[in-house]
Amino acid sequence: MSINSQIQSNKTKTYVIMTFFVVFVVLAGYVLGQALGYGNSWMFIAVFFSVISSFVSYYWGDKLVLAMSRARPADRKRDFDFFTVAENLAIAAGLPKPKLYVIDDTAMNAFATGRDPEHAIVCATTGILSRLERRELEGVIAHELSHIKNFDTRLMAVVAILVGTVAFLADMFMRSLWWGGHRDRDNNRGLGQIMLIVGIVLAIITPILATLIQLAISRRREFLADASSAHLTRYPEGLARALEKLGQDKEVLEAATNATAHLYITNPFKGKQFAAWFSGLFDTHPPIAERIKMLRSM
Amino acid sequence: MNMTIWIVLGILVLVILYLWSLYNGLVGLKTAIEEAWSQIDVQLKRRADLIPNLIETVKGYAKHEKTVFTDVTKARTAMMSAKTPDKMAEADNMLTSALKSLFAVAEAYPALKANDGFIQLQKELSDTEDKVAYSRQYYNSTVMDYNVRIRVFPNTLIAKQMGFSEKEFFGATDEERKGVKVNFN
Repeated sequence: MSINSQIQSNKTKTYVIMTFFVVFVVLAGYVLGQALGYGNSWMFIAVFFSVISSFVSYYWGDKLVLAMSRARPADRKRDFDFFTVAENLAIAAGLPKPKLYVIDDTAMNAFATGRDPEHAIVCATTGILSRLERRELEGVIAHELSHIKNFDTRLMAVVAILVGTVAFLADMFMRSLWWGGHRDRDNNRGLGQIMLIVGIVLAIITPILATLIQLAISRRREFLADASSAHLTRYPEGLARALEKLGQDKEVLEAATNATAHLYITNPFKGKQFAAWFSGLFDTHPPIAERIKMLRSM
Repeated sequence: MNMTIWIVLGILVLVILYLWSLYNGLVGLKTAIEEAWSQIDVQLKRRADLIPNLIETVKGYAKHEKTVFTDVTKARTAMMSAKTPDKMAEADNMLTSALKSLFAVAEAYPALKANDGFIQLQKELSDTEDKVAYSRQYYNSTVMDYNVRIRVFPNTLIAKQMGFSEKEFFGATDEERKGVKVNFN
C-alpha cells in the first residue's frame, strides 16, 4: 500500500473504532442504569467525573510526564543531531518547532506529548541519540512529530474519557449492589432479576473491553504515525532500520511507568509481558516485525 | 405552495454555504503557499549568511586557492540579488557547485579538516542544505493541497471565476538533474 492510502486507511479505521466505542459506552451506561432502576442520570455523572480527570491530565500531562521521566532540555551544541533533525522535520511538517528534552538513560526510546502543535514536546533518551544514525533518527523523530500533527494526544484523551466513564459506571454499579441501594420495580420482578445478572456480568466485562478498545486505537495510531513519518521523510527505510535496532535492544527504560508507556515509540516494558495468544491485544504498540514489514512495502 | 418555497430557500442556503466555504478554504490554502515560499527564502538566506565565515576559515589555511573563493563569493552575491524564482534557482545552483569545489579543495589540507570551527561549519552548512530541501518539500505539499482543491469537481467549475488559478511545483531544474561536476584541479 502506498503511503497516502496507508494514512487514509488508518484514519478511517480510527473513525470506525471511535464510533463503535461511543455506541458501546452509551449502551453500557443505559443497560447498567436500567439494571439498577436508576435510569439515565448515571451516564451524566460518570461522564462528568471522567471529563474532569481527563482535562487535568490533558492540560498538565506533559509537565507531569517530563518530571516523572527526569528529562533535561536539549542543548544545540550537545545534541546537535537531535536538535537539527527536529528543526528540519518541523519545517517539513509545517509545525512550529516543539520543545526538546533528553533523558539520560542508555535504553533506546523516544516520546512526544502535548495537547496541540503549539504546546508540543519531543523527548529522546541518550541511548537512542547515540546508537542511531542521522537518517534513522529522522525516521523516529518524524514518527513522534506525526503523533503531534495527527493530534493523537487529544484523541487518546477523549478515549481515556470514554474508558474512564465505563470504569466509573461499572464501579458504581458494583458498589450500589454491595450496599443494597437499588430499587425493585415490583411489576418487573422477573425481568429485574435478569437485568441484574446481565448488569453484573457487564460490570465485570465492560472495563476490560473498554481497555482493549483503547489499546486497539493506540495500535492503529502507531501505524498511522509510522506512515506519516514515511510521508514526511520520504524515506521509510530510515524508520524501518531504526525499528530493527530498537527491536534488538533488550534494555528496559527505568524512567517509564505504566501511565506513560503508550507514548513511547516502542513498548518500554520489553520482555515483561505475559506470553499468551491474546497478549497481543494488551499491547499499546503493534509488533515491531509488522511495523517494519509495512514500512518496507511502501 | 409553502413547501416549495422552503425547499428553494433551503437549496439556496446550501449553495451559499458551499461557495462561502470554498472561497475561504482556497484563501487559506493560498496563504499557506505564500508562507511556505517565504520559508524557503529564510533558509536560503541562512545559508548565504554562513558563507563569509566559511571563506574566512578556509582562507586561514589555504590562502592561495583564489579561484574557489572568488567563485563562491560571486555565487553568493548573485544569490542575494536574485529577484525572480528563475534567477534564484540559477544562483542557487551556482552556489551549490562553488561550495562543492570549495570543500573538495579543503580535502587537501589536513590541518583545516581537523579544525573544529571548520567541522562545525560543515555540519551547519549540510544541515542548512537539508533545511532548504525540507522547506521546498513543504512548499510542494501546500501547492498540492491547493491544486487538488481547485481541480476536483464541482470546485473546478467555479474556482477560476473566483480568481484562483493553479500554482507550479518547485521542481528540479535541468542543471540540477545533470548533476554537479567537482573540479579537483
